[in-house]
Amino acid sequence: MPRYLAGRVAQALLVLWAAYTVTFIILNILPSDPITLQLSAGGADVSQLTAVQVHDLKAHYGLDDPVVVQYFHHLWAALHLDFGMSLTQNVSVGSLITDKLPSTILLSAVAVVIMLVLGTSVAFLATYVQWRPARMLLARLPAVGVSLPQFFVGLLLIQVFSFSLTWLPATGTHGWRSLVLPAITLALPGSAMLAQLLTRSLSDTWREPYIVTARAKGLSRWTIQVRHALRNASLPALTLLGVVVAYTVVNSVVVEVVFTRNGIGQLAQQAVLGQDVPVVQAIVLIAATLFVAVSLLVDLLYSLLDPRVARAGRAA
Amino acid sequence: MSTEAVPLSGPVAPADTGPIVELAGLSVGYRQRGRTTLAVEDVDLTISPGETVAVVGESGSGKTTTANAILGLLPSSGVVTAGRIRIAGTDVTGAPDRVLRTFRGNVVGLVPQDPMVGLNPTMRIGGQIAEVVRRRGVDKRLVHAEVIEALERAGVDQPAVRARQYPNALSGGLRQRVLIAIAIAGHPRLIVADEPTSALDVTVQRRILDHLGGLVAETGASLLIITHDLGVAADRADRVVVMQRGRIVEQGEPEAILLRPQVAYTRQLIAAAPALSHAGGVVPRFIDVTPAPEVLRLDGIGKDFQLPRTAGGDRIFRALDDVSLSVRAGQTLGLVGESGSGKTTALRIAMGLEKPTQGRVHLDGVDITDAGWSQLRPLRRRFQLVHQNPYSSLDPRFTVAQTIAEPLVSFRVGDRASRAARVRDLLDQVALPAAFADRKPAELSGGQRQRVAIARSLALEPELVFLDEPVSALDVSVQEQILTLLLRLQQDLGVGYLFISHDLAVVAQLAHHVTVLRGGRIVESGPAEKILTAPAEEHTRELLGAVPGQRFAAELAAAALPGTKQ
Repeated sequence: MPRYLAGRVAQALLVLWAAYTVTFIILNILPSDPITLQLSAGGADVSQLTAVQVHDLKAHYGLDDPVVVQYFHHLWAALHLDFGMSLTQNVSVGSLITDKLPSTILLSAVAVVIMLVLGTSVAFLATYVQWRPARMLLARLPAVGVSLPQFFVGLLLIQVFSFSLTWLPATGTHGWRSLVLPAITLALPGSAMLAQLLTRSLSDTWREPYIVTARAKGLSRWTIQVRHALRNASLPALTLLGVVVAYTVVNSVVVEVVFTRNGIGQLAQQAVLGQDVPVVQAIVLIAATLFVAVSLLVDLLYSLLDPRVARAGRAA
Repeated sequence: MSTEAVPLSGPVAPADTGPIVELAGLSVGYRQRGRTTLAVEDVDLTISPGETVAVVGESGSGKTTTANAILGLLPSSGVVTAGRIRIAGTDVTGAPDRVLRTFRGNVVGLVPQDPMVGLNPTMRIGGQIAEVVRRRGVDKRLVHAEVIEALERAGVDQPAVRARQYPNALSGGLRQRVLIAIAIAGHPRLIVADEPTSALDVTVQRRILDHLGGLVAETGASLLIITHDLGVAADRADRVVVMQRGRIVEQGEPEAILLRPQVAYTRQLIAAAPALSHAGGVVPRFIDVTPAPEVLRLDGIGKDFQLPRTAGGDRIFRALDDVSLSVRAGQTLGLVGESGSGKTTALRIAMGLEKPTQGRVHLDGVDITDAGWSQLRPLRRRFQLVHQNPYSSLDPRFTVAQTIAEPLVSFRVGDRASRAARVRDLLDQVALPAAFADRKPAELSGGQRQRVAIARSLALEPELVFLDEPVSALDVSVQEQILTLLLRLQQDLGVGYLFISHDLAVVAQLAHHVTVLRGGRIVESGPAEKILTAPAEEHTRELLGAVPGQRFAAELAAAALPGTKQ
C-alpha cells in the first residue's frame, strides 16, 4: 500500500506542475502587457511614462528577465506558496486568497454534504420502496434536477425563499442563514447526477446472483440493501463522485456571483475580467490541487471498498 | 437490521414428521406486458424429511421456477396462477416477502448455480456466513465459532484463514463449498441445490456432490437437486422427477425411471447421458484407429508466464512443460484436463496466438513456431476455432448469414452470390433451416448458436478445427446433438479436430486419440481405446470415475439386474 500511495502522490504532483506550467504559458502568450494592465487598473496610461520609468517598473516586477527565468522564478516562489502581488489590487495574492478561501471552502463543504445525503437517499429510496408510483417518481426526479441550469435554480430559490417568504437572506456572506440557499443551489445538479447513477447501479446490483444468495439467507430487504447492495453499487458511483465534488467547487464561481457572496469564485471572476495574471494563476493552481486531491481520495476509497482493487493496486 | 437477530419462532416447531414441501397443482407464470406465460403447470411434488429428490429437465422445463417457488424467490414478474405451496405445514401461497422470508435460510436453504458470482465480492467469507448464523439467534460470542464449524463441515481447508478472505481469493470449487457452508449454517430442513456444479470441472463436481450428499445424510435434512443431467440425478437421488415444458412427465425411483422409462422424453435424456447410455462406463466410439498423416504437431512445448512480484513467491509460472501432441487428418485428438491444466494455453500456442517458450509447432510438416502475424495469416484459412460459449462468440448485431460469411469476406473468397450459396450449403450441413440466415443470435437457442459457430468455422474448408469445450455450456440433450453433428461433419468433410474438454464421457464420443494433461504436463497419451478403457495413470482413472451416472450403473451391475442395456 505505501508503494501504491507514493506512486499516486508523485503522479498528483506531476499533474499540478503541468497545470501550473500550461497556465503560465497561456497567460504569457496573451497579447497584453502587464505594466499597461496594472497602470490602467490604477487609472493611469502607459504612454504618459518615460521609457526609463517603464524600464524601472519592469525591473521592479521582474518582467525584464527572459521568460524562462521568469517561469523558474515564479515556480520557485509558488513552491513556497508565494504567488506575488495582485496587479489590480495592491495586496499580495496570498493574502487575497487566504481572505476569500474559507468562505468558499465552507460553502463547498456544506454543498458536498447536502449532495451526498440527497443523492444517496433518493437512489436508496428509489430502489428500496416497493410502492410502484413512489418508485417511479423517485427514479424520474434526478432527470429533472440534472436538466435545470444552476443560475436558474439559484434565482428561483431567491425568489421563493427570500422575496416571497422572506425566510432566508438573498445575498451576503455572514451567518449560516446566508449559506443555506447557495449551498442548496450548488448541491442540486451534483446530487441529481449522483442519484441517477446510483439508482441505476443499485437496480443492476439487485439483479446480481449474490443478491439471490442473500435473499435465500432470509435477510430483510433493508439488510440486503444496506449490507450487500449499497457497497457494491457505490463503486461505479464513486468515480462520478470525484468529478462531481470537484465541479461543485468550481461551480461556486457561478453561485457566488448569483448570491453576491464574497469568495474565491467572485475573486476569480474579477481577476479574469481584469486580466490579473498572478491571481488567475494562483486560482488555477488551487482548482488543480482540488481535482488532484479529490481523485486521489476517490482512488483510495475505491481500494478500501473493493478488496479486488486493493490487491491489484498492491501488485502494480 | 434489528429484526435479523431475533430468533424466529413459528414454522420450525410443528410438523416435524410431515412433508417439508408440498406443491399441489402448482402453476407459475411470468407476466409480461399484460400477458402471462406459464412456466410451470399443474405440478404436484412432495418432499419428505431426509429424502433426496432430483428434478431433471432441459433449460426452459420449469425446474428452476419450481425451485424458486419453494424458496419464495420468484422474480417480481412471477405469479402463482393456481395451486398451493405448503412449507413445513404452513400454506405460503401468495404470502408477502415478509412472511416468506421467515422460511428462507433456516427451513429451506439454497445452494445457487454459479459459484463464481454467487458470493458478494466486497464482503469477507466469514461475514457472509455469519449473517445466516445470526438469523438463528445465536449468541454474539458464539457466531464466529459456528462460522468456522460451517466452513469445516462444508469441507473448506483452513477455515479460519478462509473466513477472513474475500471471494476473489478462492477457486470455483472452494466458492461452491462456501455457498454450501452458507446453506448449512442456517440448519435448514431442506437444501435446494440448483444445478450446483454445472459450472465446475467433473472431478470437483463429484467431490462437491458427494460432500453435499454426505452432509444431508448426516443431518437428516432433505435435498432437492435441480439438474439437466440425468446421470447426476441417478447417482444421488431417492426419487427422480422428470420435467418437460413446465410439467412433470414422470417421477419415481431412479431404477424405475432409468430402466423402464414411460415417456419418450425420459428415454432421450437417458440416451444423452453418456455413462447411462452405455450401462456404466465411458465407452470409446473409435477402436482400431487406422493411421493417418499428421496435420498439426506440437513438439516439446513449454510455456512460462511472468507473475506479478510478490514477497518470496516464484517469478515465473510454468503453464506447459514438455508437451508433445499431434492431430491427424480426419481424426480427433481429445485433450483432457481440469481447469488450470494448460489445455487452453496449448490451444493458443497451436493457433499461433501465443509463442511457446520452448519447443516447435508444425503445421503439415512446416515449422510455424516463429511465423509472424502476416506469415500466419494465410495459414489461418486452414485451421479454425469453435469457442466454448456460443452466447458470447457470435456478434449480436450480425445476422446468421453475415456471421457465417465473415471468414469468406475476410479472405476475399467468392462474390456476393457465391457466398450466399455457400451460407445456404453450410446451414444445410449443420442442419439448420435456410430461413435462419436472416436471424440474429438473440433469436436462437444455445444449440442453434453453436451450430452457427460450427458453420462459420467450416466456411473456409479448413483441414483442422479447434473445438474448445464446444458443448460444456449446453444442456445434456443438446450436447448429444452437437456431438453427433461434429461426428457426421468429420466423416463427410474429413476435417481433423483438436477437441478440448474436461469431461471424458464427451471426449469418448468423438476422440480417436486422447491426451490427458495435468498441471501443464502430459499424464498419459495414446489411442482413445487404451486411455479410456485401460488407463495406466491414477489421474486418468480419477477423471473417468467422475463421470456422472456411473455410480448408478455400477449399482445396477452389482445387483445384476436384467435389462441394463438401455
